[in-house]
Amino acid sequence: MGGRLWAMIVKELWAILRDPRGRIILVVPPLMQLFVLGFATTLEVKNTAIGIYDRDGGAASIEIAQRIVGSPNIRAVLPLYSEAEARAAIDRQKVVAVVSFADGFSADLAAGRPAQVQGIFDGRKSNAAQIMSGYLSTIIAGYGAELAGQTASFSTVTVHWFNPNLQYLWFTMPGLVVIITTISGLGLTAQSVARERELGSFSQLLVSPLRLSEILIGKIVPPMLVGAFNATLYLVLISQLFGVPLTGSVPFFYVSLVLYLLALAGVGLLISSVSQTQQQAFLGMFFASVLAILLSGYASPVENMPLWLRVVTEAVPTRHFLVVSEGVFLKDMPIADLWANSWPMVLIAAVTLPAAALLFRARME
Amino acid sequence: MTGAPDRPAARLSRVTRRFGKAAVPALDQVSLQIRAGRMTGLVGPDGAGKTTMIRLLAGLLDPDEGEVEVLGSPAVSADRSRIGYMPQRFGLYEDLTVIENLRLYARLRGLAAESRQQRFDRLLDFTDLRRFQSRLAGNLSGGMKQKLGLACALVETPDLLLLDEPGVGVDPLSRRELWGMVQQLLTDGIAVLWSTAYLDEAAQCDEVFLLNEGRLIYGGPPQDLTREAEGATYRLAAQGLARRQLLSRLADREEVRDATIQGAALRLLMAPGAPPPSGALAVPPRFEDAFVARMGGGPGGRSALAESYPEVPDTGAPAIEAEGLTRRFGSFTAASDIRFTVPRGEIFGLLGPNGAGKSTTFKMLCGLLHPSAGRGRVAGHDLGHARAAARQSLGYMAQKFSLYGDLSVRQNLSFFAGVYGLAGAGRRRAMERMTEIFHLGPYLKQNAGGLPLGVRQRLSLACAVMHEPPVLFLDEPTSGVDPIVRREFWTHINGLVQRGVTVLVTTHFMEEAEYCDRILVIYRAEQIALGSPDQLKAEAAGTGGLSDPTLEDAFVALIEARETAVGRAGAAA
Repeated sequence: MGGRLWAMIVKELWAILRDPRGRIILVVPPLMQLFVLGFATTLEVKNTAIGIYDRDGGAASIEIAQRIVGSPNIRAVLPLYSEAEARAAIDRQKVVAVVSFADGFSADLAAGRPAQVQGIFDGRKSNAAQIMSGYLSTIIAGYGAELAGQTASFSTVTVHWFNPNLQYLWFTMPGLVVIITTISGLGLTAQSVARERELGSFSQLLVSPLRLSEILIGKIVPPMLVGAFNATLYLVLISQLFGVPLTGSVPFFYVSLVLYLLALAGVGLLISSVSQTQQQAFLGMFFASVLAILLSGYASPVENMPLWLRVVTEAVPTRHFLVVSEGVFLKDMPIADLWANSWPMVLIAAVTLPAAALLFRARME
Repeated sequence: MTGAPDRPAARLSRVTRRFGKAAVPALDQVSLQIRAGRMTGLVGPDGAGKTTMIRLLAGLLDPDEGEVEVLGSPAVSADRSRIGYMPQRFGLYEDLTVIENLRLYARLRGLAAESRQQRFDRLLDFTDLRRFQSRLAGNLSGGMKQKLGLACALVETPDLLLLDEPGVGVDPLSRRELWGMVQQLLTDGIAVLWSTAYLDEAAQCDEVFLLNEGRLIYGGPPQDLTREAEGATYRLAAQGLARRQLLSRLADREEVRDATIQGAALRLLMAPGAPPPSGALAVPPRFEDAFVARMGGGPGGRSALAESYPEVPDTGAPAIEAEGLTRRFGSFTAASDIRFTVPRGEIFGLLGPNGAGKSTTFKMLCGLLHPSAGRGRVAGHDLGHARAAARQSLGYMAQKFSLYGDLSVRQNLSFFAGVYGLAGAGRRRAMERMTEIFHLGPYLKQNAGGLPLGVRQRLSLACAVMHEPPVLFLDEPTSGVDPIVRREFWTHINGLVQRGVTVLVTTHFMEEAEYCDRILVIYRAEQIALGSPDQLKAEAAGTGGLSDPTLEDAFVALIEARETAVGRAGAAA
């Protein structure tokens, strides 16, 4: 058994690595993805313009306007002189938000009466508008707190745990490890059987003394090795080059990674067994990985999904591995918690792998 | 209809065409003419340059040097509506029905709507596809696909018809029908170029051009070439195993240029002036004899492989057994109650038209398909219970698909050695032996996919026999290769059989079938004849009234006899 299995694994590795282009594909696109995704999926809003419609013109409104001008997140401030002008500025997307001070704002404040600032946001850019709203609230609340501080003795201080400076790279990068592992692991297993079927060498494999288990293990080990290689590449670059703190147990990260790759391999083999051609396998893999990433909580928090969908995400291994990755990077998550998020992947693998084997057997003829 | 009869429909003058950085051009200084109203054969093994030439004529490629002239103007600017082109693959839209394919081609050709229906009627009758017009092209049999391809190339009557290997993968019966259809077109004055790797087809053309490695090695009427072998061809009767030993001995002799097995006899091509062995009868030469002579004669009779192969012990038990093998796919029965036994050291052939159940039977016997009923045994191991043992004792080779093209020769050898349980020193020795026997040394680091066809053929065989199995399964082992490579291959098989190896082979090449000790003919899922090649010929001579039929004649006659029997039974019911 050992010799045959070894021959099978070595052959699959050759099939992946022999082509110089194949070797380049293993390293270069993941690196490009790391840099592009790392910088493109920014959650910060910089380089934006906002408008200020100041009907007050008092000391307080001018002070706030100057603080807005001074913010590093805002590129330009456009003074506006009428409602119509404010509307036009948003309509034409000259600004993402307009801050409007009512007549008598400063006077109200000075007299200790409640005073209001109106913020108008471009709902078409909901993400940027939301973030901008956060920035503006912070500035205005800061000013309010200072004023209050002269009269009152307490204030609210918000502390963001695990990512105290709210650096978006810290947030996105641990997720990228999960995504690259998903794409490389799933992609290669999904192609493996389909390629053989398309080339016609599948029969040759089936008439040999190779057992079903040997063929399947031979097909999943090399993609798992490649997935682990890419995950390691990311682990090193993200912690060393991008400086995202790696606080948790790295050995346990690998335990969890292997479980994740096993669960993925089952899904990949299922796709591959159903596909007649490599093209079908590729489309199937694309479908599965988009679904996995959307349901993982990487793009939007699982907590915000409807209940039934939250139940569905439990069956998506990517969701569990994302928790582990973020836990190991930022949270110094205890082993017990890491395990609590890893064992569901054992269950998933225990379903996907036998299902793939059954389907593979059924589709052999 | 194309004006003066001696004006060629197409002409190549000193045409050379290279692809990429390949050292050998695909076509090298080729000049020839194709005439109207004649069947012109373009003959040569795979990779000889046939497809390149057809694509040049169709205006799909530019020559690097020389001129290609079609219907009076350069091929690239020729009037495409006057050229019918049937490519080897991808000519049909498999997800469209027969009639939709025809409509699509008619529209692409800009055929006037009013004349379309009339044209379709003619073509559907001509190709006998009327019954199948609403069937998806992808679900047609190989022969019917080729007929539809031909119909699509004929939606508008062309002046020049280019057919790229219409006979490939098609059984002899469908090939004959296709040939007959094209013959009818010639009377309309169409010029037809028919490319083929089958030499028996070439022999029937009005004019042939023989290509080998991009070079034109003969051009003219086939009879003129055949005449070169006049007086040198003989037939020597010999029975059973004796004829295989005799072949090995005779093929090694200096004065024997070529030797092949033909049923219970040997066919010999002697060097000019050499006396034939005693007992040999002079027979008329065939096109293939002359072709082999032109190529420098066949290989010797020694097989280094067989010499180092361990003798397969004779246990007295049959090597392959089929006991009522049946396979159903839903309501369709692909093979029904197939039964035969093959004793040790026999070559057993499976013959039948496309889709008749020959491949299904073959697959059940090598464990690729589970039978719905019945049992199969290989080397005494039941394919149901002892699959692993059965697989270990068989070697499998399919000419088209048995190698990993993106792995090197060494990696292919290493993989197959490992898969069959060879390890350590044993594996190294086996790989070295195969490298030496099949002269693979210079190619070890090259990708198997880029090898010349002959070398790939040798590597496939090496991978199949490295673990020295007592039984060999060969699935169309030599389709597309030139006659010399085919003879080399059969020299090895011939040698192995003398060591007690048993061979099961499927083929469309009647020449290959002649090597068999016995042949099973399968038609419409049932076995309709079983016997030695000579018995089948005799049977066909009896029922079909043919005198001295070839094996192909016998095959066709057997199937036609069955067809009429079934038809009569159907009419009676």
